[in-house]
Amino acid sequence: MSAVLFFIAAIGVITGAVGVVVLRNPFFAVLALVGHLVSLAVLFLLLRAEFVAAVQVVVYAGAVMVLYVFVVAYVGGEGESIGERLRRGTSTSGMRVGGAILGGALLVELFIALLGTGLEATSGYGAGYVPGPQAYGTPAYIGKLLLTRFLLAFELASFLLLVGAIGGVVLARRRGGIDEFSGRQAITPLNLLRPRATGTTAEAVGTATVHDGGSRYGA
Amino acid sequence: MSIDWYLAVSAIVFALGALGVMTRRNPLVVLLCLELMLNGGNLALIAFSRMWGNGDGQILAIVVMTVAACEVCIGLGMIVAIYRRRLPIDVDELRELQG
Repeated sequence: MSAVLFFIAAIGVITGAVGVVVLRNPFFAVLALVGHLVSLAVLFLLLRAEFVAAVQVVVYAGAVMVLYVFVVAYVGGEGESIGERLRRGTSTSGMRVGGAILGGALLVELFIALLGTGLEATSGYGAGYVPGPQAYGTPAYIGKLLLTRFLLAFELASFLLLVGAIGGVVLARRRGGIDEFSGRQAITPLNLLRPRATGTTAEAVGTATVHDGGSRYGA
Repeated sequence: MSIDWYLAVSAIVFALGALGVMTRRNPLVVLLCLELMLNGGNLALIAFSRMWGNGDGQILAIVVMTVAACEVCIGLGMIVAIYRRRLPIDVDELRELQG
């Protein structure tokens, strides 16, 4: 039973991965990645990592992929499949072939490293498993580890998430541009702390000093 | 199934992700392929964790997921910023830094 489930999930994982690499439309690539992630969660369950599987489905396939779908819908941008680029024979197609060769070499190397290893335990079925409320892989087990042995890693990861959230907001925020130069501009207390005529794209183009005339705008 | 099989799947997924990073030109798809590579690593971590009956690998997998979420957040923010500046969404065209 578990072998059947493994093969179904493994085929789903690999098909999803191939879909991400090959599909032309980025939107379909995102959908392929969602299928890949859900199949991967099944593999995690087979490895008795219940909590990680749940996180994978809820956070990864749920939240992160929704973010991707939003950005793909906003940016759009038709991709181009590898096959087409190879057939077109541009000057970079040699590099594409080189990339494929390097990918194949990486695969062979990984197989040698992982399967040709002298570790006999890799051909076993893993350590013993005793079911129970605090067994290996349950939320209670993971939570205990996270808040005792790995407390520092936990705190650092949460700090990293904070940095990531702030970085995302700063990078993607709406800057005052040249087009909306005379339009409604939000004035915040932070504007007082900023040098005059900075903080907009008008500054980079060099029109800021011409049109600014002492007023503060932007943010 | 024995641990071998999971490791084989993780190697295939990682190599496919690397192939995508090297060959695709749309930065959105490059980010997706980075996710694939991280997922291949995660699968190997959890397989080894199962092999030892030890939770450390699972904790590391959760940390990797956190890092992946941050990477997505920053990467998508950069793509939106590039789009706002009307620059081409293509990693081959964006070579001002001589990449």
